[in-house]
Amino acid sequence: MTDVAATALEPEAGPRLTAEERWRALRTVSRGDVIYRSVLTILALLLPLLLVLIAAELVVNAMPALSKFGLGFLTRSTWDPVQGEFGALPLIFGTLYSSLVALVIAVPLALACAVFLTEFAPRWLRTPVGTLIELLAAVPSVIYGLWGIFVLIPLLRDHLWPVARHVLRWIPVFGGVFYGPSVLAAGVILSIMILPYIAAVSREVLLAVPPSQREAGLALGGTRWETVWRVILPYGRAGIIGAVILGLGRALGETMAVTMVIGNRHEVSASLLQPGYTIAAAIANEFAEAVSDVHLSALFLAGAVLFLITIVVNALARVLVWRVARGSAVGSTAV
Amino acid sequence: MHGRLARRLVGSTMTGLTYGAAALAILPLAVILAMLLVKGTGSIDWNFFTKAAVPFGEKGGGFSHAIVGTLIVVGLACAVGVPIGVATGIFLAEFGGGRLGFTVRFVADVLNGVPSIVIGIFAWTWLVKPMGHFSALAGGCALGMILVPILARTTEEMVRLVPNSLREAALALGYPRWRTSLVVVVRTAAAGIVTGCLVAVARVAGETAPLLFTALGNQYFSTRLAGPMAALPLQIYVYALGPYDEWHRQAWAGALVLIVLVLALSLFARAVIRAKRQHA
Repeated sequence: MTDVAATALEPEAGPRLTAEERWRALRTVSRGDVIYRSVLTILALLLPLLLVLIAAELVVNAMPALSKFGLGFLTRSTWDPVQGEFGALPLIFGTLYSSLVALVIAVPLALACAVFLTEFAPRWLRTPVGTLIELLAAVPSVIYGLWGIFVLIPLLRDHLWPVARHVLRWIPVFGGVFYGPSVLAAGVILSIMILPYIAAVSREVLLAVPPSQREAGLALGGTRWETVWRVILPYGRAGIIGAVILGLGRALGETMAVTMVIGNRHEVSASLLQPGYTIAAAIANEFAEAVSDVHLSALFLAGAVLFLITIVVNALARVLVWRVARGSAVGSTAV
Repeated sequence: MHGRLARRLVGSTMTGLTYGAAALAILPLAVILAMLLVKGTGSIDWNFFTKAAVPFGEKGGGFSHAIVGTLIVVGLACAVGVPIGVATGIFLAEFGGGRLGFTVRFVADVLNGVPSIVIGIFAWTWLVKPMGHFSALAGGCALGMILVPILARTTEEMVRLVPNSLREAALALGYPRWRTSLVVVVRTAAAGIVTGCLVAVARVAGETAPLLFTALGNQYFSTRLAGPMAALPLQIYVYALGPYDEWHRQAWAGALVLIVLVLALSLFARAVIRAKRQHA
């Protein structure tokens, strides 16, 4: 008996252990454990450190612009690198507006997809359809942009709009002449890009709804749709809102595809058909060619605003999703 | 009071609509892939893979500099990001129960949502500005920063899938925790972790925004890590916005190569992960 224990503790079969040595070996904390755990902890702490560093670096670099323009930076519309006057209202407006358009299109579709994948689809269809929808998230942003320039914009401008304008042109958000690059094009591209995220997270949330809820709904005489609409969706409400906010976070920070189709004009326009600009697109276009230190600092300040918005949005989404699917890696697996 | 027929009608209509929504959601993927094949295959030839870009007007330019550049920059990203990401993932799975684990997990998810352009300007201030010039190294680090949180979460999931009985068996045989973790748990999860790396690589290989002010792009073939370097997404971006039809054709071809690379990686990884999950 003693022999077995000793060899197990000392696989190299060294000299026999005294009682004291054996006790030491049996202590729950060995030196190796301490080292192993410390190394892993230090490496893991690099993540929070990175987040803090990013925030600090943005704030430091944004300081000159912040002290020069103050909070007026958020509400003014001039963006004049030559005169050194900067106001980010068109950027902030464009970022929010294009993301809103994306949500309006993507949320109903994504929720319907999630319901389809968890409730209605025949079992053999769930995996392939789910994979195809998730693959939308794997398509690189720049390819969406390329497709947007050469396929989506001509399609919207030359085929869909000439037909739709007779009905829609009386609505204020469809005012003006439609040249192609626009908030509408950006919103449509964004909706395709965020749909897989919202669908994947909502699907996880719906899967986490206990079967008993489903059974109770059906037992009360509800049809399958009524069970979905009145029992399952309300049950997962917090998580679904989380999924939508997660999608919003993606849309707000998306850069390349938007830069390529939104038209890049510093102007606030309520019309979906007019060009706009987003914070991310402005940074992508102007950062490398910033003409002055103030210009650069203004871009950093815009970046800090974007960073702050996405941090809040993502933290909120995480809390909501975690409440339903506790601590699971939902969303991070949907890459 | 709804009639029974009406309720069933509503039910089947909505069911039908969800079918329609799923079809509509997949449509863009099909359309994009079809367009890439139609517009891209024509420009893919031997030159495309062996030649670098040529000045406009000359024939026979290619994307070799961008393809090699992407491989190098992504390789750098892995060198930076994989050790940290995997270690963080193991930490979260093995010791992540407490407050610190919660914080790291939360930060990883939040970082995952930070726009890649913000990571790009951060990398610029930390690497490009002090060094005084754009470099592939800075691009690799920027991509590495994006890779870490993704990899941390997939690694965590994969390590968690290892059955506790294996851990207990190793501990019962007298292994200390660190050896149990490294030799038994991590080795069992190795295939899953490698797969997680592939998923993360597929994600960063298509990133453009973080490279704009770090790797910058390059019209010439270059393997110098300290200098500007081309990458597939950057080259596609430049050519797509350029004025020439020849550039547009090459952009489509480059996009086809990029998407084949990315989709192959993610499909393969997905299949392995699914098999793992069903196994566990």
